Formats: sequence, structure tokens, C-alpha cells
Amino acid sequence: MPLELIKRPEHSRLMAIASPIIAISLTVAAGAILFAAMGHDPASALYFYFIDPLSTGWSLEELVSKATPLVLIGVGLAVCFISNNWNIGAEGQYTFGAIAGSTIPIYFWEWDSVLVLPLMMIMGMIGGAAYGAIPALLKTRFGTNEILTSLMLVYVAGLFLDWLVRGPWRDPGGFNFPESRDFSEAAILPSLTGGAMHWGAVFAVIAVVVVAILLARTIKGFEVRVIGQSGRAGAFAGFSRARMTYFAFLLSGALAGLAGIATVSGSVQQLQPVISPGYGFTAIIVAFLGRLNPVGVLIAGLMLALTYLGGEAAQVTMGVSDKLARVFQGMLLFFVLGCDTLILYRFRLVRSRGPHAPCVSPANLKPVKDVP
Amino acid sequence: MTTVEAILLTVITAATPLMIAAIGELVVERSGVLNLGVEGMMIMGAVMGFAGAQWTGNAYLGVVIGILAGAAFSLLFAFLTLTLVANQVATGLALTLLGLGLSGMIGESFVGQPGIKLDPIVIPGLSAIPFLGPVLFSQDLIVYASFALIFGVSWFLFRTRAGLTLRSVGDNHVSAHSLGIAVIRVRYLAVLFGGACAGLAGAQLSVVYTPQWIENMTAGRGWIALALVVFASWRPWRIVAGAYLFGAVTIAQFHAQAIGLKIPSQFLSSLPYLATILVLVLISRNRRLTLINTPAALGKSFVAER
Repeated sequence: MPLELIKRPEHSRLMAIASPIIAISLTVAAGAILFAAMGHDPASALYFYFIDPLSTGWSLEELVSKATPLVLIGVGLAVCFISNNWNIGAEGQYTFGAIAGSTIPIYFWEWDSVLVLPLMMIMGMIGGAAYGAIPALLKTRFGTNEILTSLMLVYVAGLFLDWLVRGPWRDPGGFNFPESRDFSEAAILPSLTGGAMHWGAVFAVIAVVVVAILLARTIKGFEVRVIGQSGRAGAFAGFSRARMTYFAFLLSGALAGLAGIATVSGSVQQLQPVISPGYGFTAIIVAFLGRLNPVGVLIAGLMLALTYLGGEAAQVTMGVSDKLARVFQGMLLFFVLGCDTLILYRFRLVRSRGPHAPCVSPANLKPVKDVP
Repeated sequence: MTTVEAILLTVITAATPLMIAAIGELVVERSGVLNLGVEGMMIMGAVMGFAGAQWTGNAYLGVVIGILAGAAFSLLFAFLTLTLVANQVATGLALTLLGLGLSGMIGESFVGQPGIKLDPIVIPGLSAIPFLGPVLFSQDLIVYASFALIFGVSWFLFRTRAGLTLRSVGDNHVSAHSLGIAVIRVRYLAVLFGGACAGLAGAQLSVVYTPQWIENMTAGRGWIALALVVFASWRPWRIVAGAYLFGAVTIAQFHAQAIGLKIPSQFLSSLPYLATILVLVLISRNRRLTLINTPAALGKSFVAER
């Protein structure tokens, strides 16, 4: 291999900031190639995809409403990933939160009170947290891999929602469409400005501030970091790994649940078989692009919301597939992960190297390091 | 053909992709690499397998193209995690997300098109055996290949020097390196093999199981395959048991509907996922078994300092 990695003596501060920017540039460049390959003019395609959606107030509001669930879920996942808990089932927690919160407008649709919305939001958070508690319980009690269990629960939650809206929760006056009844006025999160941007955006900003303070200024935040870097070191400090697993899953589950009920109440305004274009998975990209930092997550959430919006715009203006958004998102995560190497390592080009040197003599043994 | 034979045939068809994807991932994990991108490589195999069959008019060529697509896709993962030492869990997720998006885009024009199905190969003589014949010896090539793969991998890992090398890399890459083993090269090859297997498993879905292209048609099978590797505690032959168990669970839902059970279809459809969780819990409860069998360097990156 002509490429060799040299470990830097310490983290590169410059690269920590530059790496997401390099990653975004590379994604845009790859996007240009992709557009050219599909027979579109890359410059105008990129304009329609990434710039045009930012040019009107209407679409800016749309951007914020799509960023809302991404940021809410993303900050929770950041806490999970820092503490080494791999919750990749946020999509399921989002769905379950939406279902739990919707019980009020569906069973008590005539109830008109200022209590309706706060109750819905709390129910959503409880629903999401409860669903997130399942993989945490299985991990701490039985040592079951949380990646696989949390992911399997996504499919289960989706099927459960599907059953609800086609079965017991189907709108009695809805001509057999698989939809719940429309939420009443009291159960709809008000818009902030009259457009698509609703109160969920405020929740997202609050979540960012609270988690930022939690991580930077509290003992709990310190615990999150210590356990994430070395569970053993955390145990010596008296921190419980099991309690941290619950904390991370309950927090991220609650935030995902809030994202679910806020989006259903503020944007969809009823339950449908599909209530998310994959927000729970895209939020994983958001968390990494934001470098697992709450403020970074806020910025990254807006960027990824733009890929959704650009995808819709490009479909209308150029007739390209709406699947393009997911391709962009996947590429972005690849480039982010690849560029992060630059923070810890330098590259060196090696002209030629002999065959892999076997070092049988102990004198030739070269130090080798594990990278966690 | 009796009903029992018909049920067994569908179980085999449902179990085969799980078995192939899982045996590929088993080799990857035995080399110490955790590739969570099985779902992504599988869906790429499915869409390219279907596309290949359409372009060439030949289902076998389609399968070959599916295999190549899975392998090519796995190289992306290998480059990131092995050369650039990126986090394996995150990169695997990235591979899955990209695969689901890319396959949806590539396959958009194929939606609703009838596909070309792989014909079964009836083995003369053996297929005439009552009951066993039609079930075991009139299958398509991929079913035979799935058993050949299990046998081959089992032999390779535990009966050859190269297999020992691969396992040593997965258990202790530092020692392996100091013995002069090219750790990264071994892992590249293992990941590539896993990708090819996932591609084949995906192609089976779009060329045999349901010969058409449906978006997200893998429906979590890549993840179930990952769970199967844990279930099998990294032993090749146990994958057969696991895959057939899950094949049976998948098929049971269709038959339950056919009998007219009054259970909503969504609950039956969630059975394979719930069964996966249950099986994982049962296996991981026995910590000693898991600890002994898990490749010790699983998921750890390796950089040789010079």
C-alpha cells in the first residue's frame, strides 16, 4: 500500500474543525460527478439542490421543520455514542413516541384544553424512553448486543404503527384510508411564524442547550466521557456502566420520542403508516457530522435537512429520483468518517516497500498499537 | 407434491440468503472485523443481480454481477476501516445507509418489471428418491452453493494453514503482525469474501426468492444474518441451524395467514424480528460461551507503527 498512517503526537485541533468541512466539500464534489453521470449539468443541479431551497422564506421554514427531529434525535444519540452505547434504533423510539403521544388526540379527540399538548409531549417522551429501555435492559441484564436489538425493534415499531392505522385507530370517517382521524386544533403544535416551522424547533434548541451544559459542565457529563473512553477506568472511579447504559438509552429514547410526537403533531397532524423519511437513521449521520457535540449537531441537523429539501426540489425541477437524498446522506457519512482519520493521523506516501518484513528476531520487533 | 414438501421448499428458499450472508460475515468477524454493512451489501447485490439478469437475459450472469457488486461495495468499507482506521460500527452503518439509498435509485426503473428466475437443477437419479428427492435434489444452484460454502468455510477455517492465519489475526492482531502476517491484507480478503457472499445472498432474493425488484427488499435480512453469526457463536455449521430456524419463522407467517388464523398480518410479520431478539438474549445469557468463542480482536482497528 503506498499510503501510510503516522500517528500524530496529539489531536489536531485544526483538523477537528476542518474535517467536517473537507467531508462536505468532498460530498458536493462527488455529487457533481453523480449529476454529470446522470446527464445533468452539475453546476445548475447543485444550485437547485443546495442553494435554491435556501432562497425563500417558505423553504427556510421547511428546512427548520425537517431539522427539528434530526437535531432532537441527534443530540440524544451523541450522548449514546460518546458513552459507547450504540443505539441505532432511534427510528423505532421516534415511532413509539409518536404512537404514545397520539393516544390523547385519538381517544380524547373532543378534549379541548391547554393541557392536551404538554401531556402529548410528555407521553411521547415516556413512550420513546420506554422503547429505548428495552435494548438497555437486554444489554445490562443479559449482555445482548444493543446494536442488533435496537435495530430489530425499529421494524417491530413500524409494523405496530401500520397495524394501528389500518386497524383500531383508522379514522371512522376516512373512507378506509390507512390514516388516523385528523388531530383537533388543541392537539396541533402551533406554528411559530404561520409557516411550517413549529414549536418543535424550540424544543430542539432547548435540548441542544441542556445537553451541551450536561456534557460540558456537570459530573454526569464527565461520567459519560470517562465511561465512553474506558469502561474500566469509569468503574474504578465508581461509575456504573449499567446505569450509564440506561441513562443514555432513556435520554436518547425520550428525545427521539419527543421528535416523533412533535413532528406528528406539528407537521403531519394525524397518524399515517409512514411518519418519518428515516429521521432516526439520518440522525446517526447528524451526530457524527456534528462531531458528537450538541452545537455541532444543531448545525449538522440543518445541513442534513437541506439534503431532504434539496432532494424534493431536485425531483420537481430536474426529475431526478427522490432517493438521491439518501445517497447524499450515505456519502456524507462515509466522507466524515474517512476525514476524521486526519485528526489522529497524518498520511505519508510510501514510494515502494519491500515485502512485508517478517521480524522473527525479537530485536526486530517493532512496537504495534491497538486503536480503540 | 405434498403440502409438507411445498412448505419445506419455501423454508429452504427463505433460509438460503440468510445462510449465505451469515457465513460470509462469519469469516469477516473471524478475522477480527465487524462489518455492520451486510444489509447494504446485500441490497446492492439484489439490485445489481436483478439488473444484470435484465441486461444479459441470463439469470446466472445476473447472480455473478450481484456477487461482484457486493464485493465492490465491501471494498469501500475495507478502505475506510482498514486503511483509514475509521470506526467499524459507524462505517458499517454508513455502508447500509448508502446501499439502501443507492439501490433505490438504481432500481427505480425496474420497479414492476418481471424478473428472470433461476431454474432449479434437478439432479438425475437422486431427485427420484421419494420425499427427499424433490426437496433436496431439485433446488437451484444457489441452494447447493450455500451448503458448499458452509462446508468450504468450515474446512478452510479449521483444517488449513490459511484458515489458522485468519483466525490468529482475529484473535490477536499484534501477535499475528509480529509473526510476519500481513494483518491488513488478510482482513481485506476476509471483508471482500463477506461482501461477495452478501452480494450472492442479495441476488438470491431478486433472482430466486421473489424474481423482481422491490425497494428495501432485504427487509432487515442483513441484520438477521449478523445476529445469526452471534447465534452460531462463530461456528460455521451452527449457521445452518439458525438460518433454517429463521427461514421457518419467516414462512410460518404466510402459512398462518393461509390457514386463516385471526392474527393481524403485522404481528406475524414482526415474528422474525422478535425471534432474533429472543435468540440473541438466550445466547448472550450464557456469557462464558460467548466469551470463549468471540474473536478477541473483533471490532478493533490495527495500525502497525514503523
